[in-house]
Amino acid sequence: MQPKLPLFPEQASTIAGQVDSLYIFLVLITAFFSLLIGALILFFAVKYKRKPGRPAEQIHGSTLLEIVWTSIPLGISMVIFVWAAAIFYHMQRPPANAMEIYGVGKQWMWKFEHQGGQREINSLHVPTGRPVKVTLISQDVIHDFFVPAFRVKQDVLPNRYTYTWFEATKPGTYHLFCSQYCGTKHSAMIGDVVVMTPEDYEAWLASGKAEGSLASSGEKLFQQLGCATCHRGDSGARGPNLPGLYGRSVRLTDDRTVVADDNYIRESILLPNAKIVSGFQPIMPTFQGVVKEDDLVQLIAYIKSLPPEDAGPLNNRTSPGMIRDSEVTNIQKQMRQENQDKAASKPSGKQP
Amino acid sequence: MSTATQTVMPEKHYLNEFFGIRSWLLTKDHKRIAILYLLTISFFFFLGGLFASLIRLELLTPAGDLFQSDTYNKLFTMHGVNMIFFFLIPSVPAVLGNFLVPIMVGARDLAFPKINLLSWYIFIAGAAFALTALLYGGVDTGWTFYTPLSSGYLRTPVIVMGVGILIAGFASIFTGLNFIVTVHRMRAPGMTWGRLPLFVWANYAASLIMVLGTPVLAITLILLVLERGFHIGIFDPKLGGDPVLFQHMFWFYSHPAVYIMILPGMGVISEIITCFSRKRVFGYTFIAFSSIAIAVFGFVVWAHHMFVAGISTYSAMVFSLLSYAVAIPSAVKVFNWIATMYKGSVSYDTPMLYAFGFIGLFTIGGLTGLFLAALGLDVHIHDTYFVIAHFHYVMVGGMVMAYLGGLHFWWPKITGRIYPEFWAKLAALITFIGFNLTFFPQFILGYLGMPRRYHSYPEEFQVLNVLSSAGASILAVGFILPLIYLLWSLRYGEIAGPNPWSAKGLEWTTSSPPPTHNFDVIPVVTEGPYNYGDDEEAAGVH
Repeated sequence: MQPKLPLFPEQASTIAGQVDSLYIFLVLITAFFSLLIGALILFFAVKYKRKPGRPAEQIHGSTLLEIVWTSIPLGISMVIFVWAAAIFYHMQRPPANAMEIYGVGKQWMWKFEHQGGQREINSLHVPTGRPVKVTLISQDVIHDFFVPAFRVKQDVLPNRYTYTWFEATKPGTYHLFCSQYCGTKHSAMIGDVVVMTPEDYEAWLASGKAEGSLASSGEKLFQQLGCATCHRGDSGARGPNLPGLYGRSVRLTDDRTVVADDNYIRESILLPNAKIVSGFQPIMPTFQGVVKEDDLVQLIAYIKSLPPEDAGPLNNRTSPGMIRDSEVTNIQKQMRQENQDKAASKPSGKQP
Repeated sequence: MSTATQTVMPEKHYLNEFFGIRSWLLTKDHKRIAILYLLTISFFFFLGGLFASLIRLELLTPAGDLFQSDTYNKLFTMHGVNMIFFFLIPSVPAVLGNFLVPIMVGARDLAFPKINLLSWYIFIAGAAFALTALLYGGVDTGWTFYTPLSSGYLRTPVIVMGVGILIAGFASIFTGLNFIVTVHRMRAPGMTWGRLPLFVWANYAASLIMVLGTPVLAITLILLVLERGFHIGIFDPKLGGDPVLFQHMFWFYSHPAVYIMILPGMGVISEIITCFSRKRVFGYTFIAFSSIAIAVFGFVVWAHHMFVAGISTYSAMVFSLLSYAVAIPSAVKVFNWIATMYKGSVSYDTPMLYAFGFIGLFTIGGLTGLFLAALGLDVHIHDTYFVIAHFHYVMVGGMVMAYLGGLHFWWPKITGRIYPEFWAKLAALITFIGFNLTFFPQFILGYLGMPRRYHSYPEEFQVLNVLSSAGASILAVGFILPLIYLLWSLRYGEIAGPNPWSAKGLEWTTSSPPPTHNFDVIPVVTEGPYNYGDDEEAAGVH
């Protein structure tokens, strides 16, 4: 086989060209200053080579020169800073119309879930010409979602969602690397990003063995886990009303206000007592260990999908704060029992 | 090569005044402690180098076929831990600094000679823990110990290693403390702050970081041990902790630690460039204060290691901006060194060759730091081989070159003998070539997207990896040669005399090797540190 010696990674996203331009600019600056300094060293070393009878001329310094060679690098670096910060800002803000895909990292594999419910392992299919936002979470340690051809990289944390987005431009198969060291098979935690034309992508989606969209799987889970017992929206509800919740500001019992985004919802399922919505009691049991990351993704997709036109106030209860402490214990006990029963009958809590 | 008047060894000096192992292990002489450190860190340098060689051997082929994945992960972890905590951090301060700072300020010893000896014992205790961890199979956390991997998942002796680094950190705090007090309180009459050699300024700046930064590392490691050993949730989300918090704490020390490593090296270069250009240093004040500026700014740039770790967009921007601020003082130093050569009387002795190498490689290392501080670009190259190449240009191309340059420059002072010039120049050249061949391909690999800490890699990266491994074998020769000829010179080297380089600075006014108390009479300083050219000898040396 002919040995390959590539010098540049493929450009397969809209941002790649911008990153490469900045890179080339920096390479030129580095080449210029390295050559300048190398040449000066050589030139001075040869020109002022020690010769008998020619002593060194003593010079103490020059404030003017110091100012010059402080300000020039400062000026250049400010140009780099602004340029790079602008690209970064762009990278950090997914367009509103971005297609959403969820990714779960675990030692040592990647799982992706499309909105339609299609799932894949160690491969990710995306269409060209459409922004794709990938919401990432880890089931164990920190991983990192890195697609060199797209010039995107994002650490994948075990305790909250992080995001990255890209718009692929060129059909092809590209590397997906885990670039945060994650234990034994770190270098085997790789996959393929398959970029397809929109038509091919639609065909691929249709061929997938999806059992219903993420949101509909989430709805099933919502029923199974008994969430609807309390999150009902009527006047007797013990938990906040969920339609229209997503993206809204929520006032908490301690008077803080938080935005109900993916991270908030995930936390409220796993650690319900961390942030209690104003007017409610900390009665919800934790679902840590009961609901897996894949399920959480579905539950969130379901809550997101609830039609905002159904949105009412979070709290429809006629007499807030009327649950007595003794009652709280009973409710929790009852719910825990229900969860255990469910976990026993369906260990994964997921559709077969 | 020396034409100095006195070419016989002094009858009594620090090496022969006392004999026996006891006289070494209980010594309070800063020069002997420097030698103890030299032996210890040389051991760790070659041990770390051995791990590096095995890493490069594995990476010759794309498949992970030489070692198991776990073994490979241990190799790069042990390479990093050895080189950073047990070689680079103590290298210039604990060896050359220990030997030279008291002599350069005209003192008979450091302010706290017993604490100085204690620091070496603490270092040895830390090293013993690290070696114990190694004997029990080594750890595979990476030198960065990121949680929750290190605290909750790996089954290697992480606690033993963490405790080792924690203990060794105190050695560095003690050394820093000693230097700070010595520079403030022990200067000879007339040795004003404006007359301090730049080597002393650089070590002083590094000492500030050691004293202020190392305790944070200690806290971080203690928290890590508490979480791993006692399941107290601090970093692991399963226990209610936050893994990114660990990164903040770790880099709050470990970024300034980069300057602990490089600042003393910069001090060495300032001494060498002036001596072999026979010139006063250009812009003394600017070089001196740039060291302090680096030490101060160095504390507020840590999160540039975390641009993709899940910090907010705006805090990333602030840290990027501050990172550019810390780059400027380094640039100022480089320009001043070059200006020092201008109209000088330049000779190409070995230390000067290392200094040339340092400036060139450090420039590339520094400029590629601009790539990594550039937010939108760092997203792509973070955690790739680009980072590996960048910090090896700074740490090996910069710091190790400076350390070797300094070791050669002061070897006659330390041992009383001259190393063989031909072999030394050859080694400097081999090191320079081998270094570039090893690490330059890694910049390209990184931009292509090869992640760091990969045991196996896709085939298209092989050519560059083979080049890098080939370079490493040349580099190894460049490092082994000095070990041989420096040892050889201990017995067969030419007698140096007190000042073989006709250099300025108080260390060259005493005999080589110096007497135990450095100076028979405490010198009175009446001039600046680099007063070259005020006498006729500058015209006709050699």
